[in-house]
Amino acid sequence: MLKRRHSDAAVVHILIDGVAVEARAGESAAAAVLAHDGGATRTTPVSGAPRAPYCMMGVCFECLMEIDGVANRQGCMVRVAEGMSIRRQQGARALEREA
Amino acid sequence: MPQSTAPARSKETFDVAVIGGGMIGPAVSLGLLERGLKVCILDEGDDVLRVARGNFGLVWFQGKGFNMPRYVDWTRRSATLYPDFARELQEHTGVDIGHANPGGLELLLGDEEEAHRRHFIGQIYQQGGGKEYEVEFLDRKQVEDMLPGVKLGDEVTGASYSPVDGHVNPLFLLRAMHAHFQQAGGSYLPHHRVSAVNRNGAAYDVLTEAGTVSAAKVVIAAGHGLKQLGPPLGLDIPIRPQRGHILVTERTQPILPMPMSAFRQTAEGSIMLGVSAEEAGYDDGIDTQTVATIARRAARTIPALRNLNIVRSWAALRVLTPDKCPVYAQSRSHPGVYAIASHSGVTLAAVNAKVASNWIAGDPAPEEFDAFGLERFDAQKTA
Repeated sequence: MLKRRHSDAAVVHILIDGVAVEARAGESAAAAVLAHDGGATRTTPVSGAPRAPYCMMGVCFECLMEIDGVANRQGCMVRVAEGMSIRRQQGARALEREA
Repeated sequence: MPQSTAPARSKETFDVAVIGGGMIGPAVSLGLLERGLKVCILDEGDDVLRVARGNFGLVWFQGKGFNMPRYVDWTRRSATLYPDFARELQEHTGVDIGHANPGGLELLLGDEEEAHRRHFIGQIYQQGGGKEYEVEFLDRKQVEDMLPGVKLGDEVTGASYSPVDGHVNPLFLLRAMHAHFQQAGGSYLPHHRVSAVNRNGAAYDVLTEAGTVSAAKVVIAAGHGLKQLGPPLGLDIPIRPQRGHILVTERTQPILPMPMSAFRQTAEGSIMLGVSAEEAGYDDGIDTQTVATIARRAARTIPALRNLNIVRSWAALRVLTPDKCPVYAQSRSHPGVYAIASHSGVTLAAVNAKVASNWIAGDPAPEEFDAFGLERFDAQKTA
């Protein structure tokens, strides 16, 4: 399990797969999910293999998640914001924006 | 990437030396190996123009062969041979080249485009002397029925459709052909840039940066390299580079059941967008204006594509003849030296492997080839 080393930043309320979670201001969506419960954050479009955030610096594209209804966003490149909704992504994204 | 199986060997003798490791050379070489001939492919390094790495991946029939009915026939023949060719490559190499023949559409935006397309397709049909030409026009409703789940842009009035059209993963195709070539005993020789082909008795010495190779026959399938190699061998062919851009989106759910000339969805879910044509010399760099134009048209045609991120874009240089039709020619001054040039290396891969190769091996030329020689360019020069 991953733990936050510094937790003195302000609390930001977000949803992870519909569950209310307290994240910390300044951290990325990917970090928030890892700190919450870790584990896979998506399955791949072709083989369905589980994947999780890896490089945390915008290079590897393993952390793709649905953020505020937009699929395939790089979770490590998006800062959490009050009320943000993050969803783990299963397989290929839909073409249309999720409602 | 193709791997070298053979170190540079000086003055080895082959039945056929094929210059060029792109789409055409390996395809023809596979057929030559099937005939029991000893074949080498002389290739350059990865730092040269690699047109065969920049393809869109269409196996395309509709609209090809304007003013040249033989090219219509030749293209159809390749499309017909493709399923067996793809199966054979997979059996030998394990590489699934992703060939599919679900038919293809060219979506038309507005009455003017539609009128122009109808006129163009109608002319190709007429030039064929009333022979069957498998292209028909669909109205918007018919296109919608063919693409369930796809919302067309308001401007789409209809499409031209051909059941002959299909597509393939061009990089897997290239890899499979190279793998099969080496398995079947061919010698792939990279970093063998050819500087000259010299007569040596009844055979030819092919001079390369890594030594000389001797061969009874030489096939120049070197893309833009033909421009330098051809003229001293009586193969002065007026090819020119024409740049085309391709954009690739992130992977998405399967929504496009068939290729649409400017769009196709890969087996993995990416959507590829094309296709531009610019005169830019040998500059294969990206032009952002062109990228924007392609993206804008895609969004007008299928508005939901706006939601997708573009993850890659690139440009490549078509090998274009003045009439956009292929060249298959044997030199008159240097018998046994052949040139093949075409911007349809993917579409023609099957027929190059299965039919054109037999012509190189010594069989009579396929009937289509009476139109594919150099004479047509002579006529243009004197005209």
